[in-house]
Amino acid sequence: MTSELDIFVGNTTLIDEDVYRLWLDGYSVSDAVALRVRSGILEQTGATAAVLQSDTMDHYRTFHMLERLLHAPPKLLHQLIFQIPPSRQALLIERYYAFDEAFVREVLGKKLSKGTKKDLDDISTKTGITLKSCRRQFDNFKRVFKVVEEMRGSLVDNIQQHFLLSDRLARDYAAIVFFANNRFETGKKKLQYLSFGDFAYCAELMIQNWTLGAVDSQVDDMDVDLDKEFLQDLKELKMLVADKDLLDLHKSLVCTALRGKLGVFSEMEANFKNLSRGLVNVAAKLTHNKDVRDLFVDLVEKFVEPCRSDHWPLSDVRLFLNQYSASVHSLDGFRGGSLSVGPPS
Amino acid sequence: MPGKLKVKIVAGRHLPVMDRASDLTDAFVEVKFGNTTFKTDVYLKSLNPQWNSEWFKFEVDDEDLQDEPLQITVLDHDTYSANDAIGKVYIDIDPLLYSEAATVISGWFPIYDTIHGIRGEINVVVKVDLFNDLNRFRQSSCGVKFFCTTSIPKCYRAVIIHGFVEELVVNEDPEYQWIDRIRTPRASNEARQRLISLMSGELQRKIGLKVLEMRGNAVVGYLQCFDLEGESGLVVRAIGTACTLDKLSSPAALLPACNSPSKEMKEIPFNEDPNPNTHSSGPSTPLKNQTYSFSPSKSYSRQSSSSDTDLSLTPKTGMGSGSAGKEGGPFKALLRQQTQSALEQREFPFFTLTAFPPGFLVHVGGVVSARSVKLLDRIHNPDEPETRDAWWAEIRQEIKSHAKALGCHAVVGYSESTSICEEVCILSASGTAAVLNPRFLQDGTVEGCLEQRLEENLPAGCGFCHIPYDELNMPFPAHLTYCYNCRKQKVPDVLFTTIDLPIDATVIGKGCLIQARLCRLKKKAQAEANATAISNLLPFMEYEVHTQLMNKLKLKGMNALFGLRIQITVGENMLMGLASATGVYLAALPTPGGIQIAGKTPNDGSYEQHISHMQKKINDTIAKNKELYEINPPDTSEEIIGSPIPEPRQRSRLLRSQSESSDEVTELDLSHGKKDAFVLEIDDTDAMEDVHSLLTDVPPPSGFYSCNTEIMPGINNWTSEIQMFTSVRVIRLSSLNLTNQALNKNFNDLCENLLKSLYFKLRSMIPCCLCHVNFTVSLPEDELIQVTVTAVAITFDKNQALQTTKTHVEKSLQRASTDNEELLQFPLELCSDSLSSHPFPPAKAVTVEKASPMGEGNFRNRATPPCASSTVGVVKMTPLSFIPGAKITKYLGIINMFFIRETTSLREEGGVSGFLHAFIAEVFAMVRAHVAALGGNAVVSYIMKQCVFMENPNKNQAQCLINVSGDAVVFVRESELEVVSTQQPTANCQPSCTGGEVTT
Repeated sequence: MTSELDIFVGNTTLIDEDVYRLWLDGYSVSDAVALRVRSGILEQTGATAAVLQSDTMDHYRTFHMLERLLHAPPKLLHQLIFQIPPSRQALLIERYYAFDEAFVREVLGKKLSKGTKKDLDDISTKTGITLKSCRRQFDNFKRVFKVVEEMRGSLVDNIQQHFLLSDRLARDYAAIVFFANNRFETGKKKLQYLSFGDFAYCAELMIQNWTLGAVDSQVDDMDVDLDKEFLQDLKELKMLVADKDLLDLHKSLVCTALRGKLGVFSEMEANFKNLSRGLVNVAAKLTHNKDVRDLFVDLVEKFVEPCRSDHWPLSDVRLFLNQYSASVHSLDGFRGGSLSVGPPS
Repeated sequence: MPGKLKVKIVAGRHLPVMDRASDLTDAFVEVKFGNTTFKTDVYLKSLNPQWNSEWFKFEVDDEDLQDEPLQITVLDHDTYSANDAIGKVYIDIDPLLYSEAATVISGWFPIYDTIHGIRGEINVVVKVDLFNDLNRFRQSSCGVKFFCTTSIPKCYRAVIIHGFVEELVVNEDPEYQWIDRIRTPRASNEARQRLISLMSGELQRKIGLKVLEMRGNAVVGYLQCFDLEGESGLVVRAIGTACTLDKLSSPAALLPACNSPSKEMKEIPFNEDPNPNTHSSGPSTPLKNQTYSFSPSKSYSRQSSSSDTDLSLTPKTGMGSGSAGKEGGPFKALLRQQTQSALEQREFPFFTLTAFPPGFLVHVGGVVSARSVKLLDRIHNPDEPETRDAWWAEIRQEIKSHAKALGCHAVVGYSESTSICEEVCILSASGTAAVLNPRFLQDGTVEGCLEQRLEENLPAGCGFCHIPYDELNMPFPAHLTYCYNCRKQKVPDVLFTTIDLPIDATVIGKGCLIQARLCRLKKKAQAEANATAISNLLPFMEYEVHTQLMNKLKLKGMNALFGLRIQITVGENMLMGLASATGVYLAALPTPGGIQIAGKTPNDGSYEQHISHMQKKINDTIAKNKELYEINPPDTSEEIIGSPIPEPRQRSRLLRSQSESSDEVTELDLSHGKKDAFVLEIDDTDAMEDVHSLLTDVPPPSGFYSCNTEIMPGINNWTSEIQMFTSVRVIRLSSLNLTNQALNKNFNDLCENLLKSLYFKLRSMIPCCLCHVNFTVSLPEDELIQVTVTAVAITFDKNQALQTTKTHVEKSLQRASTDNEELLQFPLELCSDSLSSHPFPPAKAVTVEKASPMGEGNFRNRATPPCASSTVGVVKMTPLSFIPGAKITKYLGIINMFFIRETTSLREEGGVSGFLHAFIAEVFAMVRAHVAALGGNAVVSYIMKQCVFMENPNKNQAQCLINVSGDAVVFVRESELEVVSTQQPTANCQPSCTGGEVTT
């Protein structure tokens, strides 16, 4: 006796969250059944392995049919084939677009191309995430990227509108899209200590302050590209280190303001010129695409590492940077200027 | 010229890409009704076209309005080659033809293609302007309402229940016409869909005409079926119960007395003929018929009448001398006489209803059934479907005579079915013989005083159990006792019926689903030999199915079966029998005795030991089941009932004194009932197997109940969480050494595993009950068994379920209301309301979705941007006639849909499972879309009447036909009655926001 056909169709589509997770994690039906058996579900419910197998198959089939709709979430809302309560729809979408921290760190800033996709099996072995799941996550990144790439308006809003993601997840995707578009290098060994959250935080600030959308929300509202003019303007900062007087003035302004407030004051005072030179050089080079990509590497090399070797506490770094940029405003020729913030760590 | 049909094509969405080059589609729409076709403009390069067409107007006869479906075809315009069809929508405009149903059909319909499935949606608005036509000889029957529901629909009152209506139409099956060899599968499928749609329209119209002739205005319990007879044609047949219904909200306007017209109702030739066989050799039928007619009334029907005897009562000799029934005697006779007069005018006093207004059902005799085996031959003249008519007439006659033998003049819960394999067809009919109160059958004016007496004499809650037949002159040996409720009339020890549990019946504990499953191998044979073989097997199968049912019932410690449905399916090399019913413990019937096992060789020690071991196991199971289903011995329950019935001890003394004066046997009789045990003789291994299989049935996991009736006896505090589902399984038998036993085991395992899977899948709904569990078996090929289950899972409130006393109070309340309300309104209606409204705390609106671990409230707010709120309105589906915790405010019309799906890329669509899963989901979607377009939010009495699945994996092909029906309704949650009245329109209006639809 073999089961040729075995299906269950509910008027309201049944979604088992646990099975959905297993499916998203890329487990095959037999692996999923084994995992479910291990979870003790048979003992809890008194079911047999055959029942579990049939149930898992059924859910997998449903998810497979839903997947097509999940690629364009608004379709899931308007389709008539599966009757799913709104909260469940939201859950399906949110979980489908969720990604693994380990995975996103591997592809963040990489070009979302076929080439990268070919490397997914390496990533899979490295991270322990199944290849299937890696593919889904990669395809999600790519899909979101393709849809919002050329779109006007706020990046987060666009993603939210077209993929119906939660605010949190939409922001993460905005960061991923932003990084992919600008191809920031994040994979260097030096940067390994940084989490996706750290990069996402930077991305958010950069989108807010460095993009075309940040400058003028009326015309050519593009959140994904850095504002070229702004980058050009950053060259002017060279004055801060090239002009000896200005450098000294800047230093004295910062030192006066921070005296007694900084635990590492003496180190700061001793290192000021180096740090300032590092920061300004990084900023001034950003007109070259190559240097844009290396932004984070450079920042870590030129600023974070010196600070770290002197054991600056985080609060001191923050104080210093705030004062550093604030003081510039009181220098001649720097009125209304700009803000640059390094990675928080 | 009495009708104008107006159609407007508004827009499309999610269309498939038809032009690979541009990834877009140039879509236009053809609107066809009858022979008239209109076209919209081509909307270039869009997957979401906005046609916004003018109103296309069709001026048509109302006859056509009833028969024809509106056919909407979406096509892709192609300048150089033929336009490609994207898909079609068939809209049945029948609901627009009743005055009280829907006024407009408007909404998004899935565009369906028989090869590709659903391909996008189209927004359509349909209206009908109907002119009154007073022509007496008209051919249409517009205005007659149809209900699938097998009880009086919730917002109506039955003025008169006229009785049985039936009709059948036949045609050639397009799939088997010569042209099918040259046309595409798509064209052939569409021809079939269209033909069946036309035929069901015609059938409904013809039935409507009969109803009008009877002066009725509605058909309740309408059941329409297709017989795919293959080469010999296509039969669409329907049965129903004609009624005169009155909308409840309107003041009770009594119709003029109309009891006479039914007299010359019909003149079908076999009317009074005792031997219908002679008629089948009528002049118009070819000689063939005569020879193939397998004399059902001779060989097989005799068998079935005896088996039918078994069904109603246990064969048992030596009952007490029954003079005690005397007091009821003359009265009974009077009643019978009267009912007889009311029913005799009817050719077939059958009722497809399974639930009745209180007082309608007086006595229940037992199950009556008839089967006959026929050989199919080509239908020569589609306009004269006499052969098929004659076949059914024979069977109905047989049913009628069985009912008579049981002292009954009517058959309720009546249904008909067929099973076809190649050229052999088994026709089956079954129902419950009953004595009815004539009050509802015609406009009662004379019987006033009699009714008074009737109600005095028949305490509600047990009256229907009392035997209708004369016990001195019993049609079969049976064991009778005095009713355990009223102690006045006699009752059988077991009662089998095809109806739902009457609402006023006193039940102890809960009920459960009981199934008998059986397979019998048969030799492959041709034509007559095959039919003879089947005819010979049938009685044995029926007997065995019955024995199994009886054993399982005893094992559950119960004494009555409701909703019994026995399905016999014929295949190439086997016959399958599946009986499903809901077992209950009726307080009025005696406590069932246990099951005693008797071995054949009493001297063998180890054998003896084995027997006693089995006996112990059986006894344990019975005890366990009694506990599980909360079946307490009757004395305790009597104490709970309290006042309306005297103390048990007092009463028995009372009885004894009575009996002493009149008849001494009475008391003996009562005690005898308790000692009675059912003896199972184990004389061979087969019987041993049977006992084993009895014990292998696993009860559902705790928190689960199941029944195949509308509601579960003993549970009435349903929450509003419901989940309707269809599950299909096909197994392939290993062809090696197939024996009856192996086959039985396979079939048993299939059903048990299926149930287990359902319990597992629905575990999140615990405590819950699977209601209206409907199993269908088919044998699509030699070694394939297909089981289809449709049911609804309803969650109930456990805490309140424990308060059994409450239900008793409510029961007595009901009883009071039944007495008081009289004819003003249906007490049924009132009772069910008070029943259901009481247990629900109004604030407790349980939502279908379970809380997600992510903190749903916040999550939802954040996750759904503004445009996401315009989702598709929820449409509930249920096989029940009601929606728990809600009130049905309007019936919008019948939904009767037929779909074919075919694929030539089975593997690519996920194999057979993927294919059928998608198809059933699509069928649900199309039903929901039609209901939503009618302005409804639920389908009640939903049934999947047919699911014919054929596969050819070698060719990578599969085909499936599905036929579903139900009643589209508008319901309002009881807890939000006021709120929803304002929300209703928004729920119905279709999402017009297109902001979220940009996909590329």
